Amino acid sequence: MIELDRLCKRHGAVVAVEDLSLEVARGELLVLLGRSGSGKTTTLKMVNRLIEPSAGCVRIAGHDTRELAPHDLRRGIGYCFQQVGLFPHLSVARNIAITPQLLGWSEARIAARVDELLGLVELEPSGFRERRPSQLSGGEQQRVGLARALAAEPEVVLLDEPFGALDPLTRDRLQCWFNGLRRRLGFTAIFVTHDMVEALVLGDRIAVLEQGRLAQVGTPAELLSAPADATVAELMATPRRQAAIVERFLATRGRNA
Amino acid sequence: MTEQLRLLPGYFTAHLQLTLAALLLAVAIAVPLGISVARRRMLATPLLGVTSVIQTIPGLALLAIMVPALAALGALTQRTFGFELRSIGFLPALIALTLYALLPILRNTLVGIAGVDPALIEAARGVGMTETEVLRRVTLPLAMPVIVAGLRTAAVWVVGTATLSTPVGATSLGNFIFSGLQTRNHVAVLVGCAAAAVLALLLDQAIQALEAGLRDGRRGLVAGALLFLTGLCFWAAASFDAPGSRLASRAVVIGAKTFTEQYVLSELLAARIANATGLPTRTLPSLGSTVAFDALRAGEIDVYVEYSGTVWATLMRRAQLPEDRSRVLAEVREFLHTEHAIEIAAALGFENSYALGMRADRARRLGIERISQLAPHAPQLEIGGDYEFFQRAEWTALQRLYGLTFRAERSMDSSLMYQAVEQGEVDVITAFSTDGRIAAQDIALLDDDRGAIPPYDALVLVGPRVASEQPQVLAALAGLAGTIDAAQMRRMNLAVDRDGRPPAEVAREFLQTLGAN
Repeated sequence: MIELDRLCKRHGAVVAVEDLSLEVARGELLVLLGRSGSGKTTTLKMVNRLIEPSAGCVRIAGHDTRELAPHDLRRGIGYCFQQVGLFPHLSVARNIAITPQLLGWSEARIAARVDELLGLVELEPSGFRERRPSQLSGGEQQRVGLARALAAEPEVVLLDEPFGALDPLTRDRLQCWFNGLRRRLGFTAIFVTHDMVEALVLGDRIAVLEQGRLAQVGTPAELLSAPADATVAELMATPRRQAAIVERFLATRGRNA
Repeated sequence: MTEQLRLLPGYFTAHLQLTLAALLLAVAIAVPLGISVARRRMLATPLLGVTSVIQTIPGLALLAIMVPALAALGALTQRTFGFELRSIGFLPALIALTLYALLPILRNTLVGIAGVDPALIEAARGVGMTETEVLRRVTLPLAMPVIVAGLRTAAVWVVGTATLSTPVGATSLGNFIFSGLQTRNHVAVLVGCAAAAVLALLLDQAIQALEAGLRDGRRGLVAGALLFLTGLCFWAAASFDAPGSRLASRAVVIGAKTFTEQYVLSELLAARIANATGLPTRTLPSLGSTVAFDALRAGEIDVYVEYSGTVWATLMRRAQLPEDRSRVLAEVREFLHTEHAIEIAAALGFENSYALGMRADRARRLGIERISQLAPHAPQLEIGGDYEFFQRAEWTALQRLYGLTFRAERSMDSSLMYQAVEQGEVDVITAFSTDGRIAAQDIALLDDDRGAIPPYDALVLVGPRVASEQPQVLAALAGLAGTIDAAQMRRMNLAVDRDGRPPAEVAREFLQTLGAN
């Protein structure tokens, strides 16, 4: 469904992404995992041309993304931002309605779709439709952001650390809910995160980026059992290392008590 | 008071028209300009610099500069496109005030756009907006409260500065203030200031409501404020009499400079023309000194009273006086006719000359009767003059012929000079010889024994259009030749300056006595 073909992005001498090739199958969710500055957000933005590649190309359903004008391309791809980016001067309903409006849907169809989406992201339509983004909690904002990304029924959705700014409890709940939603709707997605657990929970496959290069790509089980290099191995070990810290802490506390 | 209130609707409407037109024009220029350069620092910074420099020019100076600038531009358009711009009145005031309003609107447009979170711009692109849609749906709505705040600042500035547009011939609430200050009519000054303050508050509150409504997303407030402001615009536009209609009615326009004698004489000439020819007349008071002459030449006004010495020294730039002083009038007449097609309809019969004056008791004590006797005392004395005197050729001639050097030269409003010399603030003043306060305050005029100051015969000048097309006006004014002597003029001036009577009433009374004889 999505093919990244030898993508490069350079800013002068600085290389952000180097010779990156990946494929995402229809209905699959690929996680781009890596540390800060590894080039995962840059890669994501090159898919919908918020950033233009220096070299290489992206194909969606076999078509080079450069065949369309950038805004036409983006209307067909859902995009969910790390900072959410809801427009503060528009109501929740108007925020969700934006892409359908740009596509020229009828008002009646838009209204029905907004209510359907609010239901889908589990926000009561009558209570939330007319609210302003500033009147929502962080988790509610992120659900509205996701509803906006899904509004025009895109086949491809890009997500840039959508749960990164949330508290751990809300994040766990939303991850679980998102997993169910995705399997129900069946869209193809690329999901950027630096959180190993999130990658394991959500990803069909995980691509690990290091300094703009692809270190390894595979299912969570493959990466856990056969890491390609030391860095991937260390990354994969993070959850267990953190669990060990907790265990040790509990053990010493237990002795002292 | 009732006289002032009768004038209020006209002046208020004119002021509103000027203010709103300048603001709308400034918005139409500054907002698109701000949008187009907002993301280009290379252009935005110098543009802000230019508007800031305009802002530092004092309002009165900016307005005054527009007159010669437009006259020069008008000469150019006349040659290339065959139409002339009006360099006096609404247009120069409109341009100056628009320039004045640019800075706050432009600056706030730039600040407002820069203040929009870049993440929101990226989100807007991400959901599939074109650059135009990003601007229309996200950037501008979010920047709008800041832009409107700039409009609010501009509105208050323009209402205030518009009161200074009277000297360039644009009617405004400033007419109350300028004529009131000159004729010592404090009620008029207060009415003008109060009305301007009310207008400023009104606009400020309406725009503030618009700003608050936009910021908090209160649709009702935005709609209400917009309705009020649009209503105001429509009302101002509806009561605007287009230049064309004014031209069609062909009112004879009589100008006046900014001192009492000129107000009285302009009313006197207007009444005389109306009585003798039945033509409609209009007075355009409080014009700057050279503005009046430029206005006459350009046909913005048709008639005004000028003094032969002013033409001689300021317009003809002649420093030397001829042996025979009567040659001055003949040469002035020749100059006006051949250079500007302006005719002298009548010499009214009195001179209003610059004369050096001192308190009579002071002059007696120092033994000064003539200017030549003043020279040795001058280094210990201070002289007060009106705004233009120390720039004029007469002053140069006085200094040269008498070797006058004073301890200090102080410029002040001509209506305050007499008070200043009486209270000893200054020792010598450049009095006008017909001023009623000379006799009333016991001021001694010093004899110009070396002939430095040219004769200042009061002349009724008639502009080219009326001179060629309406000879009956010329004839009516010619009948006034020699009818006003210096004593009569002084009495009329005193009636206004000391007794606070309206100039029009004093002028009417004089014409009645003239008719009775």
